Amino acid sequence: MTSVAEKSRVGTAGTPPPGTARRASAWVRRAPLLPALIFMIIVTQLPFVATLVISFMDWNAYYPDERGFAGFDNFVRVFTDVNMRDAVWTTILLTAGVVLISLLLGLGIALLLDRKFRGRGAVRTMMIAPFLVVPVAAALIWKHALYNPEYGLFNGALTWFWGLFGSDNPPQPDWISNMPLWAVIFSLVWQWTPFMMLILLAGLQGRPLDVIEAARIDGANSWQIFRSMTLPHLRQYLELGALLGSIYIVQNFDAVFTITSGGLGTANLPYTIYQIFYQAHDYGRASAAAVIVVIGTIIIATFALRTVSSLFREESGR
Amino acid sequence: MSTVAHASTTDAATPKKKDRGGPWLSLLAWVVGLLFVLPVVWMVLTSFHSEADAATNPPAVFAPLTLDGYREFFSGGASPWPPLLNSLTASVVSTIVVLLLSLPAAYALSIKPVRKWTDTLFFFLSTKMLPVVAGLLPLYLFAQYAGLLDNIWLLILFYTSMNLPIAVWMMRSFLSEVPVEMLEAAQMDGANLIKTLRSVIAPVVTPGIAATALICFIFSWNELLFARVLTATVAETAPVFLTSFVTSQGLFLAQLCAAAFVVSLPVLTAGFAAQDKLVQGLSLGSVK
Repeated sequence: MTSVAEKSRVGTAGTPPPGTARRASAWVRRAPLLPALIFMIIVTQLPFVATLVISFMDWNAYYPDERGFAGFDNFVRVFTDVNMRDAVWTTILLTAGVVLISLLLGLGIALLLDRKFRGRGAVRTMMIAPFLVVPVAAALIWKHALYNPEYGLFNGALTWFWGLFGSDNPPQPDWISNMPLWAVIFSLVWQWTPFMMLILLAGLQGRPLDVIEAARIDGANSWQIFRSMTLPHLRQYLELGALLGSIYIVQNFDAVFTITSGGLGTANLPYTIYQIFYQAHDYGRASAAAVIVVIGTIIIATFALRTVSSLFREESGR
Repeated sequence: MSTVAHASTTDAATPKKKDRGGPWLSLLAWVVGLLFVLPVVWMVLTSFHSEADAATNPPAVFAPLTLDGYREFFSGGASPWPPLLNSLTASVVSTIVVLLLSLPAAYALSIKPVRKWTDTLFFFLSTKMLPVVAGLLPLYLFAQYAGLLDNIWLLILFYTSMNLPIAVWMMRSFLSEVPVEMLEAAQMDGANLIKTLRSVIAPVVTPGIAATALICFIFSWNELLFARVLTATVAETAPVFLTSFVTSQGLFLAQLCAAAFVVSLPVLTAGFAAQDKLVQGLSLGSVK
């Protein structure tokens, strides 16, 4: 790690002076960093210590007299809770579904927008719009204005389309009840595809065009160029999109809360913990669940961080 | 079709991009773009319809326009102004605090790096990966103990910690764009710190500050979970105000769409105005 540091900024660092002067200069260097670092440690690390302590306590706001040490009871209850296990599964499905679908759609659309055509700027602007709607507002629009079985746009469009062919008996599915998890996934894919598209489009526009031109003159077809030149170049952008998308979507609360209120098997981990804490007021159990989620996240994040740091080394090696 | 094929063969002769089926791909791009923007357009259109026209099946696209939905939203029940102002306060103040903290920190991670600066940088990113919901309970209990529940300053504190890692990463990537040679030249000319900051670093970094501010503002404005748990009637933010629409309330679609549009308007405006900044910000400054 330090070797990277020295390599990249050796010009400004200069040779460090010896002894106390060196220590003093190290503190001068550190000083601008300290406010942010201390703030982050206090606001993000201390609460986790508190969560850890509470997770070993009997603490339910409805029964204030029974507060005390609980040992591992909360953890046992979390591990044996069917809802929690379902929530883990739902979280995985939701995150993987949204990230994969929006990444693929984003790639396709980025390729479409990487060409010159009339109104390209307008299409790009239209594509960004979904990402700029406040998430709660977007979820409300999908729930009431699009999915609603009686007056939603989807069923309205079906009625209109069937009407074109003279049929007055169009299918009118109840989207949210029939496929609750997919209803949530689709609304999130709609919001996150622009995000993926923007990152991948930036990646496409950073391609070395002269090399691609040379390959084309040598007779490579579009598919060959895509497979062996574009895709490898895009790899790090795909990874970046997947990683950042996962960080945000794993924590999604707004869509689940708004569209299904966690019902019909759509309660993910953030929603479930929110419920244990906010509705059941079982602080001990909510904390135990939170601790388990944090441990799980650390395991997954270690892999994720390794990806970022490898990208990062490529960047500083440039 | 024959003209398309003809055009593409002539294109292939020139060293420009070969575009077989070009017009069809352009058409496809337009169709996809329209499909993605459709829900937003529908939201805006419905917000200008009367409640009766908003709830028709098939949809009454060409129904007469009216401002009833907005009238009902702004003066029908509880006023949306206090929540909107709370959101504005929380977003703007936390963004300013984030910039004040992240700029010096990024300086110490790029221009004059501390030892183990990569470890520090990754510590900031790792806090972003920890599930926020795990910090919810302690923050709530602290707020209860300190009498800060339903207080906008508590949200500002939380939003600052939420956005600070993103800002540090972004600002660092922008600061490391400052060419080393220019810094050395300034040093040789005997420029002091303030002068170097003003004349060498500021011109390179100002667009980065704008991108960072935009992203922090959007994320704070959008936040729901903490605002819902930590605020009630006084410090309620706009997204919390919107949750009153979660359950269906008879004929309310026009009003709902008006509300959703009004609350999204600041983000839509800022985002469209700074489209290129959006990419930089979302990729933590790694895509320029």
